Amino acid sequence: MSDTSPFPPPHQATPPPERPVQFGWSLFVERIIERLIWVTGISTIVIVALIFYFLVREGLPTFLDITWRQLFGRRWYPIEDIFGLWPLIVGSILVTFGAVVIAVPLGLTTAIYLGEIAPQWQREILKPLIEVLAGIPSIVLGFLGWVALAPVIQNLGAATGLTAFTGSLILAYMALPTIISISEDALYAVPKEYRDGALAIGATQWQSIWRVVLPAARSGLVIAVMLGIGRTIGETMAVMMVTGNAANIPALGPGMFFQPVRTMTATIAAEMGEVAEGSLHYSVLFGIGIVLFLITFGINSLAGRLVGVQTNDRRKGKL
Amino acid sequence: MKRQQTQRAAVGIISSVAALVVVPIVLVILFIGIKGVSAISWEFITAPPREGMTEGGIMPAILGTVYLTLGTAIVSIPLAIGAAIYLAEYATENRLTHWVRLAIVNLAGIPSIVYGLFGLGAFVLFMKLGTSIAAGSLTLGIMTLPVVISTAEEAILAVPQRFRVVSLSLGATRWQTIWHQVLPHALPGILTGVILGLSRAAGETAPLLFTAVAFYLPELPRSLLDQTMALPYHLYVISTQVPNMPLSKQYGTALVLLVIVLSLTLVATLVRTRVRRRREW
Amino acid sequence: MDEVGQLPVLSIKNLFFTYPDGIEALHNVSLNIYPNEIFVLFGPARSGKTTLLRLVNRLSDLIDGAVVQGEITFNGQSVFDRSIKVANLRRQLSMVFAIPSPLPGTIRSNLTYGLMMAGIRDPLVLDQRAKQSLEQAALWDEVKDRLDQSAFALSGGQQQRLCLARSLALEPEVILLDNPTSGLDPLSTGIVEDSLDELKARYTIILVPHSIQQAARMADRAAFMLDGEVVEVGKGSELFTNPQDERTEDYVTGRFG
Repeated sequence: MSDTSPFPPPHQATPPPERPVQFGWSLFVERIIERLIWVTGISTIVIVALIFYFLVREGLPTFLDITWRQLFGRRWYPIEDIFGLWPLIVGSILVTFGAVVIAVPLGLTTAIYLGEIAPQWQREILKPLIEVLAGIPSIVLGFLGWVALAPVIQNLGAATGLTAFTGSLILAYMALPTIISISEDALYAVPKEYRDGALAIGATQWQSIWRVVLPAARSGLVIAVMLGIGRTIGETMAVMMVTGNAANIPALGPGMFFQPVRTMTATIAAEMGEVAEGSLHYSVLFGIGIVLFLITFGINSLAGRLVGVQTNDRRKGKL
Repeated sequence: MKRQQTQRAAVGIISSVAALVVVPIVLVILFIGIKGVSAISWEFITAPPREGMTEGGIMPAILGTVYLTLGTAIVSIPLAIGAAIYLAEYATENRLTHWVRLAIVNLAGIPSIVYGLFGLGAFVLFMKLGTSIAAGSLTLGIMTLPVVISTAEEAILAVPQRFRVVSLSLGATRWQTIWHQVLPHALPGILTGVILGLSRAAGETAPLLFTAVAFYLPELPRSLLDQTMALPYHLYVISTQVPNMPLSKQYGTALVLLVIVLSLTLVATLVRTRVRRRREW
Repeated sequence: MDEVGQLPVLSIKNLFFTYPDGIEALHNVSLNIYPNEIFVLFGPARSGKTTLLRLVNRLSDLIDGAVVQGEITFNGQSVFDRSIKVANLRRQLSMVFAIPSPLPGTIRSNLTYGLMMAGIRDPLVLDQRAKQSLEQAALWDEVKDRLDQSAFALSGGQQQRLCLARSLALEPEVILLDNPTSGLDPLSTGIVEDSLDELKARYTIILVPHSIQQAARMADRAAFMLDGEVVEVGKGSELFTNPQDERTEDYVTGRFG
C-alpha cells in the first residue's frame, strides 16, 4: 500500500481512545428538550382535568343549592329562580334525534356510494366537496338556516320556521362529513374477499353490499353514528339561531318536531351574557356545562373503547 | 330478472341520495356568494361599521379574527407538536399513554360552548385576564389541540421507520434523529394539520362569547388584554339582533368569513398534495 | 472451538433474547470475534442472526419490552453498561442493512451525517472523510463528480456501497453487515465482496450472507446458527468442507434451507 492509501492505519487489539462525542452540554440540552416533550404529552390529561375542575368550581352550587327534584322540573324560568332542566334536555334530545335520523341514512348511503359505486373521477370531486362542507363554519350554516331555511319551513305550514326540525336539518348537514368519513373507513375495512366471495356465488353488487359488506362493517358504522351524535349534541350557534329558543316541552306526538325548543347548549350561550357572576343562575349554566361535558365524555370514551387503542407496530421490532 | 331490477333500483337510489347530500354544498356556497357579493367593496373590508352596523364595513371584525387566529396558533402549535412527538416517538404502550390518547379523544368531543365556560372560569376570572384577546386565544388554542395533535402525529408516523433506524445506527441520539430525520419530513403534514386547525378556529363563535368578544368596540384592540370584535360573532349579531340590517351586508359578512375559512382549507390541502408529489421515497 | 490466540474484539457469552410477544430468538449464544477477520453468521431464516447483530450495537433497544440476558463485551466493556453512551457505541460498531437505505439528501450529506451528529463540523475534515470512505467502498470514481446530487439517483448497487461508505466514514472498529448484497446484481455483489476483503485489514467484519456460497467465499471464521442457537463455530475453510455437526452438514449441503 502506498502512502496515499485511503485506508486508515491497522486496527490494534487494545481499547480504543475515547472519541469526542457530543459535548456534555448538548446532551444536557437534549435531556431538557425530551423532558419538555414529555410535559406536553401529559398536558393533555392535565387540561381535561382542568376543564372539569373549572366547570365544577363555578357550577357546584347547582347541585348543592338546588334539589334534584327541582333540577328535573318541567319549567325553566330563571327569572323566578326556577331551574328545571327538563325542557332543555328534551330540546337537545329532539334536535339531536332528528339530526341523527336524517344524517345517518344520508351519510351511510353517501359513504356506500363513494366507497362501492362511484367511479374514481367522481370520488376525486366529491371527497373534497365533503371536506369543504366540514370546513364551513357552523355560524354560516346557522345564518343560512335563519335567513333562508326558516321562512321556507314556515311557508310549508309550521307556525314558525324556527323549530326543532329546522335545527335537526342544519345539524344533520353539519354532522354528515363526520358520519360519511367514518362510515367510509368502516366499509373500506371490510376485506375485498367478502365482496368477491358474494359476487362469485352469483350475487349482484347490491346484494353483496346489503347482505355482506354492511353487516361486516356494522361496528364501525355504530361508531360513526356515535360520533355523529357527539358532534350534534355539542353544537351551539347554529341551533341557537334556528330552533326558536323557547324553553318549553312540546306536546308528545309527531308535531313536536315542529315546535320551537331550546337546547342545553343554546341556553348557556344565550343566557350567560345576562347573569350576574356568582348568582345561582350563573352556577346553573355551568352546571349544564358539566352535564354536557359528562355526556360527550361518555360517548367518546365508549366510542374509543370500541375502536380499540391504537398500537404502535413499529415498537414490535420491525425495520 | 328481479334481482337485476333491484340492483339497478338500489344503485339509482343510492346515487340520488349521494347527490342530495353533495349538491346542496355547492348550492350553499353559490347562494352565499351570489347574495353577498354585492356588499363586497373596498370600504366593506377596510372600514369600521357605522350607524349601528347598518353602514360601513366589517374591518374590526376581520382584524379581530386575524388576531385571534394568530393567538390560537401561538398557543396550540407548540403544545400540539410536542404532544404529537411524544405520542409518535417516545410513548410506550402503557397506561399513561392510553390516558393521553383518551384525553385527546375527549378534548375533541367537548362542545365548543363548554370550552367557552372553561375559558370564562379559568382565563377570564381565575387568571384575571378579563374578556380579552389573550383569554380568547388561550381558549381557542386549547380547543384546537386535538385536531393538530392528530394530524401532526399522523404526519410523524408517516416518516419511514428506516430513516430512524439508519440515523440511530450512524450514532445519532434519539432527539437528533427526530430533529434531523423525522421532523423535516413530517413538517408539511404538520403544517397541513396546523392550517386546518386554524381554519376551524377562525370560524368559531361559542368559545369566544364570554372570553373575548364584544359586539361593538369604538376602537381597535391595542393589547392582548383588550376585547375584540370577531367575524363569526359579528355575523351572529347582525343577523339576529340588529334591526334594519341590510340583508346584503349580512350575506357579505358570511361571504367574507367563508372565503377566509375556505382559503385556509384550500392552502392546507395544497400543501398536502404538493408535498406528496415531491417526495423522494 | 476458538483457538486464535488473541484478545477478542467482541465477546458474547450466554446470550438469551426474547421478543415482547414471548418468542425466544436467541438461546444461550456464545461467540468470540477476533480483530481483522471476516466472521460470517449463517443459517436458515429465523435462526436469530439478525437479532444477534442488532444486539451487538444495541439497535435492539428500539424493541420495547424485549428481555435480554447474558453478556456482550466490546473491547473489554459490557455493551449494556449504563455508563456508556449508546450513540458512541454505534459509531464504533457500524451497521449496513439488507435494503439499501440512503437518507433523503445528497450523497455528501449521507456520508457526513454521522460525523456531524458526533460534533465534527470542519468542512475540510468532512470532505476528507467522505472521499476516503468512498474510495474504501469502491464508489469514489463513480460519484466523485456528483457528490451534491440526490442519493436516490444512484443504482441499487451504488446505494448499498454508499451505505457501506457511510459506515466507514465513522471509522468504526467493527462493521456489521446484515445481508448487504441480497438485492444486488452479481456485479455489484462482487464489488462489495471485494471491498470487504480489502477492508478486513483495517476493520473487523461480521457478515450475515445471503447464500451459503457467499458464506463460503467470504468467511475467515463462521458460525452456523439454527433456531436461535449456535450449532458450530469454525474456520471458514473447514466449516464448509468438513463440518463437525450433522445439522451443519445438512444445511451446508443443501438438505434443508
